[in-house]
Amino acid sequence: MPYPADLKYTKEHEWIKVDGSSATIGITDYAQDSLGDIVFVDLPKTGSEITAGKTFGTVESVKAVSDLYAPASGTVTDVNGDLATAPEKINKDANHTWMVKVTLKTPGELNNLLSAADYEKFVSEEGGH
Amino acid sequence: MPAVEATTPTVRKTALNAVHRQMGAKMVEFNGWDMPVEYPSSGGIIAEHMAVRTGVGIFDVSHMGDIRLAGPKALAAVQHISMNDASRLAVGQAQYSALLYPQGTFVDDVIVHRLGEDDYLLVINAGTREKDFNWVRDNTRQFDCKVEHLSDDYTQIAIQGPKGVQLLQKLTDADLAAVKFYWVTRGTVCGLKNILIARTGYTAEDGFEIYVPSDEATSVRVWKEVLEAGKEYGVLACGLGARNTLRLEGKLPLYGHEISDTINVWEAGLDRFIKVDKPDFIGKAALEKAKAAALKKTLVGLEMIERGIARDGYKVLDDTGAEIGYVTSGSPAPFLKKNIALAYVPSKHADLGSVVKVDIRGQGVKAQVVPTPFYKRPKKV
Repeated sequence: MPYPADLKYTKEHEWIKVDGSSATIGITDYAQDSLGDIVFVDLPKTGSEITAGKTFGTVESVKAVSDLYAPASGTVTDVNGDLATAPEKINKDANHTWMVKVTLKTPGELNNLLSAADYEKFVSEEGGH
Repeated sequence: MPAVEATTPTVRKTALNAVHRQMGAKMVEFNGWDMPVEYPSSGGIIAEHMAVRTGVGIFDVSHMGDIRLAGPKALAAVQHISMNDASRLAVGQAQYSALLYPQGTFVDDVIVHRLGEDDYLLVINAGTREKDFNWVRDNTRQFDCKVEHLSDDYTQIAIQGPKGVQLLQKLTDADLAAVKFYWVTRGTVCGLKNILIARTGYTAEDGFEIYVPSDEATSVRVWKEVLEAGKEYGVLACGLGARNTLRLEGKLPLYGHEISDTINVWEAGLDRFIKVDKPDFIGKAALEKAKAAALKKTLVGLEMIERGIARDGYKVLDDTGAEIGYVTSGSPAPFLKKNIALAYVPSKHADLGSVVKVDIRGQGVKAQVVPTPFYKRPKKV
């Protein structure tokens, strides 16, 4: 399946990969396909707080600006600097291109997220490919 | 990211709609039409844009409108409603112009083609079809000329790019080398007789637009033959996304953005398309008056000099953060590899090199006034 089983997903098409008390966040293949060529990514600085369900940045295609929604709350510890000059990496491999790393604040929030199977079902119902 | 919305069921479709969908195009509603915005099979907007700049791309532009004025006083009728001077047109020649309201603002921009002795074709925007036809009909009643709304009669396919002429020449007996830019001819195209072929476009590249009968079978056959003929040139089907980035690089106006019913010809910088010394036309008096007064705002080209993309409607600020204008059209420019925009600002901020800021989601991001057009196609040696 195109959606790695070790990740969890939001209905806004972000994924999160948990590793103990920290996690990595990106957007899904469905998201990059809907957007088309990604030309710009705006991400928070390290040290800033992100809140589950709230926007933490934007990703832009030629035609549109899309908000990024945080799958979980936490403090940003690392930001993928490659994306400032090569945002198209996300189009090439969205499932493995990380955007931010965070220290999780409330790991319990992860229970609200979708499994890979649930996300795939959600996407096919949304009229995705 | 928010969910994708479905288009409403009342949108119109061109005769090629099913083909675009079969090709897997991403569809979008544009001014009441269900149109392709990009084709993943082409590689998307950036690939489509580059194909037009370096090879050839084709567009379904059947949503555009067509109004024919024919009869003994057709020229007088056109002269009355159009700001450019149609009396300069030889048979087979075309010109860019605009229809103006009495206050000197835009009903629409238009390409006026002289098809015959007393036979003119106005090609107009998709979103203004009905408005323009009513305007033309109501403002030419005093002239001995027939006004016909032919928009639904044609499937219009644009073949744009340096290799466009080679592609189309494979499909027609017309001698395309003899057709200069902004001239038209008629010929057999894909076996169809007497087809209007215009060396026009909205991409700032060389290219042609062909007008074929709008029945689905003919339209689909021609589209597929054009794609087949273009294979050796790397032809790509292109959508409205690339259409917009291409015209923006070339500083071609878009109705509702750079031109509208609240913007006058001087503000839009379209001076060279208006002939104030021709006999009276709608809007002339207001424009002569406006010319004497100082311009309240002027259209400039901006290039982002700090990281960010200026987009339609974003505010333009001076260096104190005060709002001084707005972006009419803004986007990444795929060929130029910059982020560019057109914007209305007060004349004092319009000098080349002036630095302004664009309000991008609450942040003032620096941009510089640059010469336009941003892109000009290379001259043939």
